[in-house]
Amino acid sequence: MTAMPDARPPAPIRTEALEALLTERGLVNADAINGLINRFVNDVGPMNGAKVVARAWTDPDYKERLLTDGTAAVGEFGFSGPQGEHIVVVENQEDMHNVVVCTLCSCYPWPLLGLPPDWYKDPAYRSRIVREPRTVLNEMGLALDDSVDITVWDSSAENRYFILPQRPAGTEELSEDELAALVTREAMVGVAQVGAPG
Amino acid sequence: MGGEQGWGSVGIDPNEKVFAEEWEGRAFALGAMSGGLSGTNLDAFRHSLERLHPLAYLQDGYYGRWLACAELLLVDSGIIAEGAVDARANNLLGNETPEPADPEVNKPQYERGGGGSLREIDDAPKFNVGDPIRARDMHVLGHTRMPAYIRGRSGTVKAHRPAAVLPDSTAHFTGEDAQHVYTVTFDATELWGPEAEPATLNIDLFESYMEPRS
Repeated sequence: MTAMPDARPPAPIRTEALEALLTERGLVNADAINGLINRFVNDVGPMNGAKVVARAWTDPDYKERLLTDGTAAVGEFGFSGPQGEHIVVVENQEDMHNVVVCTLCSCYPWPLLGLPPDWYKDPAYRSRIVREPRTVLNEMGLALDDSVDITVWDSSAENRYFILPQRPAGTEELSEDELAALVTREAMVGVAQVGAPG
Repeated sequence: MGGEQGWGSVGIDPNEKVFAEEWEGRAFALGAMSGGLSGTNLDAFRHSLERLHPLAYLQDGYYGRWLACAELLLVDSGIIAEGAVDARANNLLGNETPEPADPEVNKPQYERGGGGSLREIDDAPKFNVGDPIRARDMHVLGHTRMPAYIRGRSGTVKAHRPAAVLPDSTAHFTGEDAQHVYTVTFDATELWGPEAEPATLNIDLFESYMEPRS
């Protein structure tokens, strides 16, 4: 076990220290670090997953491929990489709602959603969603009818689960891009539904 | 943490940034690079999360954990000395502190069967979709991906997933022991008792975590 944290300098200064030690040894450089940060701040995020959802809503053949082999279907967009070795897409239904967690650490489908948000990493979410999912979803703003069954997916191995939300009513005329703009990160993890526009 | 009580409520911050503070992004990047630099692997990184002091695990949040784990793996492999980070941090803070000499590099020696965690294996799967199984009552000393809350509980195989390296073994550099992985379904009442909120839990288990049930 590591040392008691209060005996150590604060995390921001330890980060600077570790970066300096590795830079001096020629093991890392600022360009590589900045490149990685930039990738996850600007290039990879929920907008990727939203494109997949919008395509599935508008192209039945794509949806079938997505539900059959998620990894290959998201690969059609070029979405792949760490924490996306095997993507399994689960479709929400009128009477069955799905929600994803990693109770062990915070495993998350990075290529589709980027890095996980705070609530996903929160011990409260990780401990409680498997035990009282309806209560937790309610707290998070999703009140499901009692007639809707709930399935929780705990990503304890290398499969990464991605929720295909239900398409909201009144969106028949929207383009794929307009649909993608409606899709939230929360809906693709299953703690929200996609709302109608406006 | 599955099933632990007393953690309070969960709220969503719609304006959350990817990294709340600049150091978090740098800690993430250093963490992501630490596996390669230390000659370890993803499972060793996850195991290092379990080796943190419980207060350290929680105090600096998710990226504080990444930072601490990066340091731990780099010290294990002799890339930096134990105490080097704190000494340098103190020097950066203006508290003159002697820095330890570099240790001898000591990366773990082990064979990898390829990149990533998924593997093709020849063994026939021991379980089929629909089989009744029980999660073994395992109490592993080192790393495992068997969550405590399903140990000894009865479930049903829902899906057969691609085989993957066994984290319990890979994390300790004792071989890959690639195995079949299954998604197993448990009813909430089997996990949390007859008063449980009605729900279904699907979880991924390595083959050696499972035993047949009649």
